[in-house]
Amino acid sequence: MSGIPHDHYEPTTGRQKWLHSRLPIAGLLYDTIMIPTPKNLNFMWIWGIVLTFCLALQIITGIVLVMHYTPHVDMAFASIEHIMRNVNGGHFIRYLHMNGASLFFVAVYLHIFRGLYYGSYKAPREVTWIIGMLIYLLMMATAFMGYVLPWGQMSFWGATVITGLFGAIPFIGESLQMWLLGGPAVDNATLTRFFSLHYLLPFVIAALVALHIWAFHTTGNNNPTGVEVRRTSKADAQKDTLPFWPYFVIKDLFALAVIMVVFFAVVGFMPNYLGHADNYIEADPLVTPSHIVPEWYFLPFYAILRAFDDTVWVVQFTSFITGGIIDAKFFGVLAMFGSIAVMALAPWLDTSSVRSGRYRPMFKWWFAILVVDFMVLMWVGAMPAEGIYPVIALIGTAYWFAYFLVILPLLGVIEKPESAPVTIEEDFAASHAPSQAPAE
Amino acid sequence: MFKKTGIAALTALSLTGGGAWAAGAEGVVVDRDFSFEGPFGAFDQTQLQRGLKVYTQVCSACHGLQYVPLRTLGDEGGPNLPADQVRAYAAQYEVYDEEEDDFRTATPTDHFPMSNLENAPDMSLMAKKRAGFHGPYGTGLNQLFKGMGGPEYIYSLMVGYEDPPACAPDDMEGSYNVSFTAGGFPEECKDENGYNTVPGSWINMGQPLWGDDVEYDDGTVATLEQQAEDVSAFLMWTAEPKMMARKNAGLTGVVFLTVLSVLLYLTNKRIWAPVKGKKNS
Repeated sequence: MSGIPHDHYEPTTGRQKWLHSRLPIAGLLYDTIMIPTPKNLNFMWIWGIVLTFCLALQIITGIVLVMHYTPHVDMAFASIEHIMRNVNGGHFIRYLHMNGASLFFVAVYLHIFRGLYYGSYKAPREVTWIIGMLIYLLMMATAFMGYVLPWGQMSFWGATVITGLFGAIPFIGESLQMWLLGGPAVDNATLTRFFSLHYLLPFVIAALVALHIWAFHTTGNNNPTGVEVRRTSKADAQKDTLPFWPYFVIKDLFALAVIMVVFFAVVGFMPNYLGHADNYIEADPLVTPSHIVPEWYFLPFYAILRAFDDTVWVVQFTSFITGGIIDAKFFGVLAMFGSIAVMALAPWLDTSSVRSGRYRPMFKWWFAILVVDFMVLMWVGAMPAEGIYPVIALIGTAYWFAYFLVILPLLGVIEKPESAPVTIEEDFAASHAPSQAPAE
Repeated sequence: MFKKTGIAALTALSLTGGGAWAAGAEGVVVDRDFSFEGPFGAFDQTQLQRGLKVYTQVCSACHGLQYVPLRTLGDEGGPNLPADQVRAYAAQYEVYDEEEDDFRTATPTDHFPMSNLENAPDMSLMAKKRAGFHGPYGTGLNQLFKGMGGPEYIYSLMVGYEDPPACAPDDMEGSYNVSFTAGGFPEECKDENGYNTVPGSWINMGQPLWGDDVEYDDGTVATLEQQAEDVSAFLMWTAEPKMMARKNAGLTGVVFLTVLSVLLYLTNKRIWAPVKGKKNS
């Protein structure tokens, strides 16, 4: 599929022509920054820029932290305190990095749910969606390994619990777990390899982000109507779109600045609010914390992981027919990874011919329940696995899977969608007066 | 500033860990209005100096501050002792010198000593590592709006020693403390469902502060509450010595970014004006 028709970079001066005939990088930058963008994008389309900013923030603050951090079980915790007390500005850089991870996940969840509501995952944007899911998985891996580095109690026991998940895989689990840890238990070998990967993976993410952007620059942005930009001619395309610079750059920067106000307030005034107090206790393999909980951004999936125990009939049934190979623990692991897999498969599970949730009267409600479900799972993931909580987790998990595996396929058949506007121009004109003059 | 709000909050379900709720234990945490709470709150230097005295004369017998460099006692935004006083303070400690392979008198570049007792935890980060109660009901609202945190916990622990409840056997080891949740607890004080009928638990540490344990240089009366509050404030400083610098940086960031937001809002509005025209109503 060719891109949206638009003006391309033309070198004018001799130097520009010299470079352009050898390396057309100016043309690439021009085409990227001037990409025709649907003019009706709303403020849910700002999260991409926020995420790009987060990645840059994490890489820059992370590189500075590495200069002062010591990846060794005897020194890691003390080196963090060294950063907090002796390194100039170190305390602030560390808190930026710590809370930067939270902002990263706030943004990525809003970005993903934006995509789910407006059908951004649907053809022809499946590849963009899949790359995005890979980025999300790598983000989780990176965040998890980064959390181990301060070598606090929650670092150590979080690492123990999460790597234990791989141990639940039948036959190869124990070997796999030992291979991941570099030994029989979480120890120095684990810390150093997590450190190495925590440094490496962000650059892999950066490369995937480039592919993610390349992919949606090929298909064009989705937009709140889900109606495609007209590609019949450049003139038609221009009625539906505006160049990314300056219209969307300034809009996105405005949104980013507002978000940064909140972010700086959190970093400056309550930097430990989202963290675990227990992680200020140095790791001790002999003392298990009373309550091991992952960071907030893992909680929904942690809830899904824990939802399945021996008392659930699905688990008992599966265990029976597989001859005990799939036990409760492995079932939970499968459910956790499966919950992300079904989300990644959304492009093929959603059968509706209408892209945007805005014109799908039934879908809207099911989607709203999914959002609530996500938040309930997050809450229940933080609760101890006793009393009413496992039941809530089970219901929440059931809805999560039902949404992707049952509701999305069925809705496309039984729902009668409302009519979407024919063009983006029409949608834009409905809320704004006709343009007085082209801005260019 | 010494007004006691008297609100006893229970350590409710901990949202993000740290609490001992899972075992059914709960402890009393008293809210105190510390001078350093809130975005504009600052350490009270004289209070930090009083707290240092309490730490030095009482706590340091067992507890260390291994992550805290002695020179930081002279830091602005901390106790702010004059340089000669910092040197004099450091000189009271002996430290092991690897190069000399012997003990020598500490200098300001050394750290506070480590704990003397095996089972006495280091106090450097106590005010941060004991902040893991997110009450009420795991919402974290007490932390957000009342500024509840580690210092409140330390204060509560210091004043939380009480006579053991009637249900407890006489030979129960340790001291009964209504704020401490991680200690021993007799079966006799649990109801039929296994839930604790009294708050707190039995702590190994005997009551360290009673009132008039130290004599303050500034003439402040050294009541139990006063000393508990002062040492809690001091331990908040040892846990978060750059708090003042952090809040300043945060405030600067918030102010400048707010200005930037306004400017970008106006820029954005102006750029889009020709495209959007007037909104249809």
